[in-house]
Amino acid sequence: MSNSAIASATSSSSRSLWVAFVIMVLVFAIAPIWVYPIFLMKVMCFALFACAFNLLLGFGGLLSFGHAMFLGTAGYASAHAAKVWGLNPEVAVLFGTFCSMVLAYVVGSLAIRRQGIYFAMITLALAQMIFFFSLQAPFTGGEDGIQSVPRGHLFGLIDLTDNTNMYMFVFAIFLAGFLFIWRVIHSPFGQILKAIREHQDRATSLGYDTEKFKLLAFVISGAIAGTAGATKSLVFQLASLTDVHWSMSGEVVLMTLVGGMGTLFGPVAGAAVIVSMQNYLAQLGAWVTIIQGVIFVVCVLAFRRGIIGEIANWIKKPL
Amino acid sequence: MEIFGIPSQALFGQLLIGLINGSFYALLSLGLAVIFGLLNIINFTHGAQYMLGAFVAYLGLQKLGMNYWVALAVTPILVGATGVLIERTMLKQLYKLDHLYGLLLTFGLALIIQGLFRHEFGSSGMPYPVPEVFKGAINTGFMFLPKYRAWVIVASLVVCLATWYVIERTKLGAYLRAATENPSLVQSFGINVPRMITLTYGFGVGLAALAGVMAAPIYQVNPTMGADLIIVVFAVVVIGGMGSIMGAIVTGFGLGLVEGLTKVFYPEASSTVIFVIMAIVLLIKPAGLFGTQK
Repeated sequence: MSNSAIASATSSSSRSLWVAFVIMVLVFAIAPIWVYPIFLMKVMCFALFACAFNLLLGFGGLLSFGHAMFLGTAGYASAHAAKVWGLNPEVAVLFGTFCSMVLAYVVGSLAIRRQGIYFAMITLALAQMIFFFSLQAPFTGGEDGIQSVPRGHLFGLIDLTDNTNMYMFVFAIFLAGFLFIWRVIHSPFGQILKAIREHQDRATSLGYDTEKFKLLAFVISGAIAGTAGATKSLVFQLASLTDVHWSMSGEVVLMTLVGGMGTLFGPVAGAAVIVSMQNYLAQLGAWVTIIQGVIFVVCVLAFRRGIIGEIANWIKKPL
Repeated sequence: MEIFGIPSQALFGQLLIGLINGSFYALLSLGLAVIFGLLNIINFTHGAQYMLGAFVAYLGLQKLGMNYWVALAVTPILVGATGVLIERTMLKQLYKLDHLYGLLLTFGLALIIQGLFRHEFGSSGMPYPVPEVFKGAINTGFMFLPKYRAWVIVASLVVCLATWYVIERTKLGAYLRAATENPSLVQSFGINVPRMITLTYGFGVGLAALAGVMAAPIYQVNPTMGADLIIVVFAVVVIGGMGSIMGAIVTGFGLGLVEGLTKVFYPEASSTVIFVIMAIVLLIKPAGLFGTQK
């Protein structure tokens, strides 16, 4: 491909991304008119969680099977900060994010010592350790979790108990996180990450310290997953064991897989699909698990591109 | 009598429980290692297949009056056959792809199987009677050893060592090890490698089911009995490294004992001790105690 062709391909590809972005923003801006806002906030929290996960899997090729630990840890941290220390919601979210970032640094340093399937098993095992820790630790409330977390006043001014204000707060966090991930993916760092995904030894031979890049990707991903978890605990005013359980780690994999791993918008679409499914099928009990399993199997066997990946393939433009 | 200020009864009791848990860790991680060796897939369904083994034994007893010994013989074959079916219809399609897809597929299958059983039987445990021969306990002088538990430890040791012998010391095992190294070369010698892969998966699954039958009288039979166990077994596998069959066996039993000791001396950490050991092993010897880093 000549240089001009590459340039035009990049500009047209970024155009498709911007169009998709505008559509997404409009959908989340208008949807509260018809759809229950709490539900939409849940979708946005999970969408951000899945985007963070996808940064690692879709662009770094690292399958973490324990991402719930970042969601849950930040949830507990921010709930504790808001309820016991009485901090403002924005500070509580930042504190939750920070805690998950530190955790991601520790877990990442251990897990990147092994590759591929081992990486997945190690993250899963460490997440299980965090689960047992959350079950026993004095400040997490065990089986009850941390309940009736106050939403508080944003910057001490805006009352977040009002659902419209809360919606704007969550929307802003979601967009900020999404744009940040978008920027990371298209930065030189993101390119190197993709190079490592494609061929780690080649990246090493080019002089990149692949371990450091993988660790940084893990920390960014864990921190943003934490932001999602911290926000979620304020929305639902609850931090509980569900968010640190391995089934939550499985769910975020499912969202990314359904939406399309390695696409920018896939995790958002996947989160919307899976959260809606859980919402509408909630009364069916164990069937939700069975259906999730079936979706997993179908996606792996026949639908590996995911929803957004299929659309992107169809219009021949990246999404 | 007291040892380190702990009544010896309590100490030996916990060590025995540790050894029992270790038997199951060893059996399950052995199955995972055998499957991984040839298929390069981490079988996430392993926990569900272990549960399936326990349920086949339980339902066989309830509906058909199938006794323990028949269950022990029939269940691994039945559940192994479902494994063969899974390999032929689904896993087969994934060998050319990234290994992670195998993990995702087997995770999905585990969700389906566990969900179906939870839907059908709820999540409360169902008791399975200890077989008549193994009722009661042996007085060993320092503690009472329930006969059934002694049997589980012995049986699992025998199965583990037999598997080790077949893989490391027989001609069949030599084919298997060769196919792990270079499948296309082995195939060019006229050995049916795809069939070998299928049967290996079936065998690994059968081992999980066997462990399930043996577990039924000790733990209660319930749909989620394998779900949390399998995560611990993953940690066991990471600690031992999957390169060596003997490594999987030794690590399994060893970690069971360590877990038992932790229950005596610092019970709060008993559910996390294996994960902590995993973290330490990763720091010191990332390839695992018996593994070699590729």
